[in-house]
Amino acid sequence: MSETLTLSRGAPLSWETNPVLQVEHVFMRFGGLIAVNDLSFSVGRGDITALIGPNGAGKTTVFNCITGFYKPTQGMLRLQHAAGSTFLLERMPDFRISAKAKVARTFQNIRLFSGMTVLENLLVAQHNTLMVASGMTVLGVLGLPGYRNAEKRAIEKAKYWLEKTGLTLRADDPAGDLPYGAQRRLEIARAMCTEPELLCLDEPAAGLNPRESAELNALLLGIRETEKTSILLIEHDMSVVMEISDHVIVLEYGTKIADGTPTEVRNDPRVIAAYLGVDDEEIDLVEETLDEITEGTAT
Amino acid sequence: MAEATVKKHGPDLSAAVKDALLSGLIALGLFGPLVGLRTEQNIRNELVVQGRWGLLASVIAVIIVGRFLLLTLVWPAMAARKERVTPAEAPSPVRQTLSRWFAPASLIFLFLYPAIVVSLLGFQGSLKWVDNFGIQILIYVMLGWGLNIVVGLAGLLDLGYVAFYAVGAYSYALLSTHFGFSFWILLPMAGIFAALWGIMLGFPVLRLRGDYLAIVTLAFGEIIRLVLINWRDLTNGSSGISSIPKITLFGIKFDASPTGFAKMMDLPVSSAYYKIFLYYLILLLALLTAFVTIRLRKLPVGRAWEALREDEIACRSLGINTTNTKLTAFALGAMFAGFAGSFFAARQGFVSPESFTFMESAIIVAIVVLGGMGSMVGVALAAVAMIGGTELLRELAFLKTIFGDNFNPDQFRMLIFGLAMVGIMIWKPRGFVSSRQPTIFLAEKKAIAGTLVKEGHG
Repeated sequence: MSETLTLSRGAPLSWETNPVLQVEHVFMRFGGLIAVNDLSFSVGRGDITALIGPNGAGKTTVFNCITGFYKPTQGMLRLQHAAGSTFLLERMPDFRISAKAKVARTFQNIRLFSGMTVLENLLVAQHNTLMVASGMTVLGVLGLPGYRNAEKRAIEKAKYWLEKTGLTLRADDPAGDLPYGAQRRLEIARAMCTEPELLCLDEPAAGLNPRESAELNALLLGIRETEKTSILLIEHDMSVVMEISDHVIVLEYGTKIADGTPTEVRNDPRVIAAYLGVDDEEIDLVEETLDEITEGTAT
Repeated sequence: MAEATVKKHGPDLSAAVKDALLSGLIALGLFGPLVGLRTEQNIRNELVVQGRWGLLASVIAVIIVGRFLLLTLVWPAMAARKERVTPAEAPSPVRQTLSRWFAPASLIFLFLYPAIVVSLLGFQGSLKWVDNFGIQILIYVMLGWGLNIVVGLAGLLDLGYVAFYAVGAYSYALLSTHFGFSFWILLPMAGIFAALWGIMLGFPVLRLRGDYLAIVTLAFGEIIRLVLINWRDLTNGSSGISSIPKITLFGIKFDASPTGFAKMMDLPVSSAYYKIFLYYLILLLALLTAFVTIRLRKLPVGRAWEALREDEIACRSLGINTTNTKLTAFALGAMFAGFAGSFFAARQGFVSPESFTFMESAIIVAIVVLGGMGSMVGVALAAVAMIGGTELLRELAFLKTIFGDNFNPDQFRMLIFGLAMVGIMIWKPRGFVSSRQPTIFLAEKKAIAGTLVKEGHG
């Protein structure tokens, strides 16, 4: 589908020329259920890419495949760092995807370490760096200065993200005590502390009020601006999707039905049909126009 | 119904009387046949029904009066207390200073304890208090602190912890009796062996969580015990290994020989010196456990353990190798059990599989849970309460003066102990110390309420 769209436009798209992640023909089957059906798309480097679709469309399944929590039944997920190294995510266990391929994620139902303080949450995120600094614990137990300096640097980085997410005053409070919106921001800060190449956000605006969504938009745009991190997000809140994303992919029943800029996607009749549904008498009409579009783009 | 009236208007006497009489009636129905009637065989082998009306009447009277008192006095008082307690009240300054000075003060007390006991009771009199109370409690403090790493920090419920204790004990017993190695060489070796067994247990159970993990670790503990019983060639079966060499202090033996400790120091011969030496040894071993645990909590591996207890999936999403993290927790916990085990073997001079039953594992888990998972001070307090408490309950002989000579207080020891445990769990459902101390802070160190801290799910 993306190929056809590209053809129709003539010039290649930014996410096709310089992708950070390429998903190629990914299938995910759970027994008889096909949750993701031959899905291919690219996430452009430095872009904010939104993955949208009705409930049960398979968005979170795609996320779980990218971050290694599921192994796709079939297909390839290629991640390319700006430095040039390439990782095949479908072959890596989940913790290595975060540690080596530098893909960080947040969760639809927030998963913080609720009994640990906000600062501790951000230090756990820097586990691998600190582990090396503590000489795999041995040097750390002896209390050598090398580890103490590394910990100071880790705290500085945590402070930086606390500042960015407006959580500095709550740094010593348990994460479980924070209000909902702050927990969402902390989860993003925690993911950013792993210094990701690609940040995957699973419904970051869910449950936020309009002001908090606006703050979230600013935070995400700031991350793209200063950290140059590519962002892939699942979202239902169209104010977030349409305002900040450069590229929108629409899924329905595990299949991609649209892929393009927010304006293109907004006017796509399939997307409108998938989201709003159509009246019985309109079905034929819509299908006719759809056929025309596909024929038109194919030829 | 009756409770509701109590809450609104205070004790309502007529309602309370009615309620109490109704309870009496129900009790009559229940206890009438059970308590009131008793069948006995007479000389002609006939069953004869006898009434025990006096006993029945007293049971019912107790229930009526008890119910009446509950309704009029106890419940209103409890409701009033609940209203008086304001939530989120800051702890009083007295309590704060108490909690700050508790750990150092008890440490000083522990170091002075043998001196205090000796000066009060003399060397011979101190034996019981140093050995049965001091050493015994400290062994369990050490085991509790070791298991605390696995259960309290990493949140992995291990019901077979005593297996590693057994590995340590048998390592020392076998290697010292067969090869004559000294305790000081075998102590670290026993720790390493136990840690290896910890990793061996850890690997197969990595994928298991919660109840399943608990069952498999329990089975592992039983396997070790059964191997010890049945591998007669090596372990001498259930008769155990005896005459295990004692520990020496830089080669100085604690016996009556001319080169022994008493002769060298020009002191009268007594077994108390050895006990006091053992006391300080186990105290130092326990403090080593505490020191390492406190240090590790502030290191990435310790934070990863706690994060694992809080949320394993989030851990993996942050690039933490949960396999290694779990294995280090198992290995370290097992290592401290191995140290304690080799000390146990040296102290007893005899080991047999009898000492490593499931009951021991259960007691250690109970110490960790009762103390408050993850809290060092809490676990130590719980060990004192559990082990010291059961030892103290042996001193119930005075009850004979009340209940007559036929009364056997030993039978009530475990009953009282069980009641006390139930009471504590009602009063402090998350253990003695439920709050968690953060490992690092920016501006102010605030304890984290126990309700927010997860218990782990394996």
